[in-house]
Amino acid sequence: MAKGFPIKRQPGFATIAMICFFLLYLPIVTLVVYAFNANSSMAVWGGFSLRWFYAAWNNEQVIEASLRSLRIASVAAVIATICATMAALATTRTRPYRGLTAKYAFINQPLMVPEIVTAVALLIFFSRIKVATGYSGLGYLILAHTAFCIPFAYLPIRARLENMDLTLETAAADLYATPWKTFRRVTLPLLWPGILAGFMLAFVISLDDVVITEFVKSGGQDTLPTYMLGQLRRIVTPEMNAISTVFLAISVVIVTLFFLVSRRRT
Amino acid sequence: MASASEIAVERDKADIRKRWLLSAPALFLIFIAGTGPLFIVIVYSFLAPGNYGDVKWEFSTDAWTGVFLERDMFDDTLSVADAHLQIFLRSAWLSLVTTVLTLIFGFPTAYFIATRSEKSQAFWLFLITIPFWTNLLIRTYAIQEVIRNEGIVNTVLLWTGIISTPIQIMYTDWAIALGMIYVYLPLMVLPLYASMEKIDFRLVEAGYDLYATRFQVLRRIVLPLVKPGIVAGCILVFIPSLGAYVTPRVLGGGRNLMFGNLIELQFGQGRNWPLGAALSLTLMVIVMGALIFYVRNASRGDRRHG
Repeated sequence: MAKGFPIKRQPGFATIAMICFFLLYLPIVTLVVYAFNANSSMAVWGGFSLRWFYAAWNNEQVIEASLRSLRIASVAAVIATICATMAALATTRTRPYRGLTAKYAFINQPLMVPEIVTAVALLIFFSRIKVATGYSGLGYLILAHTAFCIPFAYLPIRARLENMDLTLETAAADLYATPWKTFRRVTLPLLWPGILAGFMLAFVISLDDVVITEFVKSGGQDTLPTYMLGQLRRIVTPEMNAISTVFLAISVVIVTLFFLVSRRRT
Repeated sequence: MASASEIAVERDKADIRKRWLLSAPALFLIFIAGTGPLFIVIVYSFLAPGNYGDVKWEFSTDAWTGVFLERDMFDDTLSVADAHLQIFLRSAWLSLVTTVLTLIFGFPTAYFIATRSEKSQAFWLFLITIPFWTNLLIRTYAIQEVIRNEGIVNTVLLWTGIISTPIQIMYTDWAIALGMIYVYLPLMVLPLYASMEKIDFRLVEAGYDLYATRFQVLRRIVLPLVKPGIVAGCILVFIPSLGAYVTPRVLGGGRNLMFGNLIELQFGQGRNWPLGAALSLTLMVIVMGALIFYVRNASRGDRRHG
């Protein structure tokens, strides 16, 4: 065979891939560009302006919803990451024991059930509890978000643990370290990138959630996504683009960090 | 005195007990806000609807018959619920279209990424991942901006003179399909890439040595090797499409309902929680069926390859 014959090439594949990437980014780029449009009509370009960012910044509902989103996401992601770390420690680096497969299935359960079904189930369940206890705070949203964030936090932590062997821990134990000390000084530092990746994943997932939040929230508990969903029913202004752009920027930053953290090898 | 093996057994038992304790918080939270409420949904699906939402605590199977049948208001006869059936069929059809088209576009894209050098693979993967982690609602809104009457597509087509009046894309089934393809494409590309990355290209080379054409290599060597990735990608796209709620709500404009919107309707204007519960369970059974099909298929594939 002639040297340099490109065996991996398939005709047209690169073209289709380029079209895909173009189409994937065209709507997003358009959205971002029009966030800087001075004109209030979305069809006409009226020059560069930051007025819609100012408008969003001065919109009390937007700020309130954003802060609520951040509050829910941070609490839910922290709890979910702690639980997921413990669960990952309990389900890796062991001989199979009874109930291990069941545990896997259970932890991944939120990934398998359609979101709308979970949303409906939580709506029914929480409405009962609301009537029974009279409590209608953010707790329900935080609880719901924590539960569906656990499998997302669990994935990278477990992957990281599976690549760590027990040699160092055994060595620490041989040197009379207590189990807790071994965990703090050996396991935790090694596991840290996985935990960080898990946390960021959980954070983004919670920040992005629309469906479950839409069903679980009580009146006046809009998060940024549910606020935007409500707005999309009306005539939208470029303010929506400005909010989306900021949201997008946050996601991009977190994803980039996630990539950097999870690519780092020991 | 306990023998060494007895001590070892004891230690194993203690270890397993510790492992259960460690996983308890995660299992508990998922039970409280995930699995447990699903059982309540089962109970609710056998109750009668309350007048203002919620339920009346009396046993009834009306919700389940209501999933497929409707009772005539005047003479109490049962007939097939055309409205529901139409929504089921639309959901299935649109999900199928979405799955097939994401596969057609996603396959070459994944192959393209998998055949780059290791460094640029990371870059292209990153480009796929960014939209994937971008809020679903923002992506749906972005698509809306492109396809609405004053959007880019119509502007360009009008400007070039191909059309003289804007094409109505928004609020049609096509808008929903387009939106879902856009939103779920990364879900197809990622598992495809994962299985293509592992292809041993010496097999491809061997194929060419035996005078196979490019198409034959693709069909006889690449396709069988990445079949698990294809199945995984199709499942990952089909399942959320079937239960999609946001995309059809925004792009379908409340007229072209899908399964998810039908369920929501029962908890909103419909005020028929038991029917909503029964519909949710129907959706879940279909999804579980698809997952079981996938698991069976995947494990069979494993055995074949070794």
